[in-house]
Amino acid sequence: MDAPIYLDNNATTRVAPAVVEAMQPFFTEHFGNASSIHAFGSEVGKALKKARGQVQALLGAEHDSEIIFTSCGTESDATAILSALKAQPERNAVITTNVEHPAILTLCDWLEKEGAIVHKLKVDKKGRLDLDEYKSLLNDRVAVVSAMWANNETGTLFPVEEMAGLAAARGIMFHTDAVQAAGKIPLDLKSTRIDMLSLSGHKLHAPKGIGVLYLRRGCRFRPLLRGGHQERGRRAGTENSASIVGLGKACELALAHMAENNAALGRLRDRLEHGILGQIGHCFVTGDTGNRLPNTSNIAFEYIEGEAILLLLNKLGIAASSGSACTSGSLEPSHVMRAMGIPYTAAHGTIRFSLSRDNTEAEIDRVVAAVPGVVARLRKLSPYWSDRPGKSGPAAHPGTAFAPGYAGSCFPPLIRRADP
Amino acid sequence: MWEYSDKVREHFFNPRNSGPLEDANGIGDVGSIQCGDALRLMLKVNADTGVIEDAHFQTFGCGSAIASSSALTEIVKGMTLDEALKVSNQNIADYLDGLPPEKMHCSVMGREALQAAIANYRGEEWSDDHEEGALICKCFAVDAAMIEDVVKANDLHTVEEVTFYTKAGGGCAACHEGVEEILAKVKAGRAGPGEVSPPPLCPATPEALRPPATKLTLVQKIKKIEAVLDFVRPMLQRDHGDVELADVQGKKIYVTLKGACSGCMMEAATLGGIQQKMIETLGELVQVLPISHMPVEA
Repeated sequence: MDAPIYLDNNATTRVAPAVVEAMQPFFTEHFGNASSIHAFGSEVGKALKKARGQVQALLGAEHDSEIIFTSCGTESDATAILSALKAQPERNAVITTNVEHPAILTLCDWLEKEGAIVHKLKVDKKGRLDLDEYKSLLNDRVAVVSAMWANNETGTLFPVEEMAGLAAARGIMFHTDAVQAAGKIPLDLKSTRIDMLSLSGHKLHAPKGIGVLYLRRGCRFRPLLRGGHQERGRRAGTENSASIVGLGKACELALAHMAENNAALGRLRDRLEHGILGQIGHCFVTGDTGNRLPNTSNIAFEYIEGEAILLLLNKLGIAASSGSACTSGSLEPSHVMRAMGIPYTAAHGTIRFSLSRDNTEAEIDRVVAAVPGVVARLRKLSPYWSDRPGKSGPAAHPGTAFAPGYAGSCFPPLIRRADP
Repeated sequence: MWEYSDKVREHFFNPRNSGPLEDANGIGDVGSIQCGDALRLMLKVNADTGVIEDAHFQTFGCGSAIASSSALTEIVKGMTLDEALKVSNQNIADYLDGLPPEKMHCSVMGREALQAAIANYRGEEWSDDHEEGALICKCFAVDAAMIEDVVKANDLHTVEEVTFYTKAGGGCAACHEGVEEILAKVKAGRAGPGEVSPPPLCPATPEALRPPATKLTLVQKIKKIEAVLDFVRPMLQRDHGDVELADVQGKKIYVTLKGACSGCMMEAATLGGIQQKMIETLGELVQVLPISHMPVEA
């Protein structure tokens, strides 16, 4: 069988060889604790400073002290939101969107139970926000706005710079989850009014277990972890020095090659989409196709289910991911697809292809050749699809041709309420 | 990813008896596109012997749903209808060397399709009170609806009691927060007035709310439904909420909860109360669902 093809880079990426190489000495040679006074420690201290500068450059931050290393994107998200509420006890509302990553949404659901007011902005069928709705919610009770820069499922970009400006004009803190955006699109935080930003190393070819919280100088802050002076007392705990060095290198690589990578990724992604959409009926691209990450394509295949598609693709050596309910263990399909009003017949069959600079044109062509067979095979099995010789298509009226004896009342999950 | 047995994988990659069965005389359709699983089971039954001579399936669903459907057709072929009715979902899971706990509902769907197909062959009406909530305990595959029912029926107050009655929470203990939430919700329902408990039955039931003697036309039915909503509305309004009819689709009545009722954590209890009143008034089994459950048109 041909080498496997990895098109799930929004889930995680392969650590770049140059990153591994940069990290290597920090396990056995430079193993010291950066806090130590001796030479073992100071070598590490210097390396951390360099890495901080590399992250600063990628984010376009004004000061390197605005970079706080954390363990992951989720920790950065939680730290930011909780800090904003703690530091401003007179404000108890949070504005976010209903297509955020669970790192934000699940936290907000919990905050709601704890007494906070949470406003979740709706999106339209292309996944776009209504800025008038947003403006109408900005008031003196809002502690923080948290909106993702790029959506992990569709790649859709939110106008976070504009939103941050609107929040700043009302004296409201602004946080953005840029886990999918960092390293993929140019960022220049010093020219924005963004106060806090989350980044995750493993989405940009650094290892798992390292993240960053950008905290604008002057933004009021309360730490999540207390107990040490690391990160200027804003995030206690001995630094994960090897991973920090690796993240620094990964940021340097991402910044240096961003323009050429994006041009190449965009071409590959479009080739993939045209190839698939040109061959298969009853499928469509979800999200704001004119305004999204260059590496992400989310395609809904109607009348079939995503996990089954993934299993068949996996057998052909192709790795992608799905917004179907079955891959997550919940009963509802992806909250992002539901928020966009994608019908159930399509939402369960969404497949996300997310590319990286490691992918090649030959790989894309193999995927384009493989997908039609997989889709046809599953549609043949589907009660919502009619496969008569010379006339294939959805069953005459998919709703009535197949009318089950009960329509399974899958009650909304208690924790994650995907529907507004 | 799920850990599927080799047998599940094999039945998924090479499903047996898939596709329409032209001369089927018993067809069972179950599942829902909302939950991402739907199954049509087609049986060809010998009218003289009552033996299932052939069985086919069409399934919209994940790997284990397709494998369970395939296994089901293999199991029932050659059985008499009475034998087939004894097939349990555990039989289907066992046939496949087990299913992950989160996927046991696929085998349940298989058993239900079988019952529905046999009822269809016999000309009987098949209905199911199937109600599935979010999976709370993953160790023992217990969902929210089940826990809530047991908590209510047995007046349970602690996680330990819930574990004793349902097994939920008896394994890794990661779901204890979820179980506690259900306990708190039921407790709130016990104490709460107005919208949180099913609307109390009015002793003098108005004429409009009496069950009909004959089958209703759609217009009559909608009038009855509106009458029920008018009846419960004052109780909801007392709590600054309201309700509106959104649509009627077969046995499903979609409503919009408004004001304080919208997003209220007691939404399910409110709808349950309205549903009970609907069933009494219409004289048939209906489901009252929030508008968010209405299928979105393509």
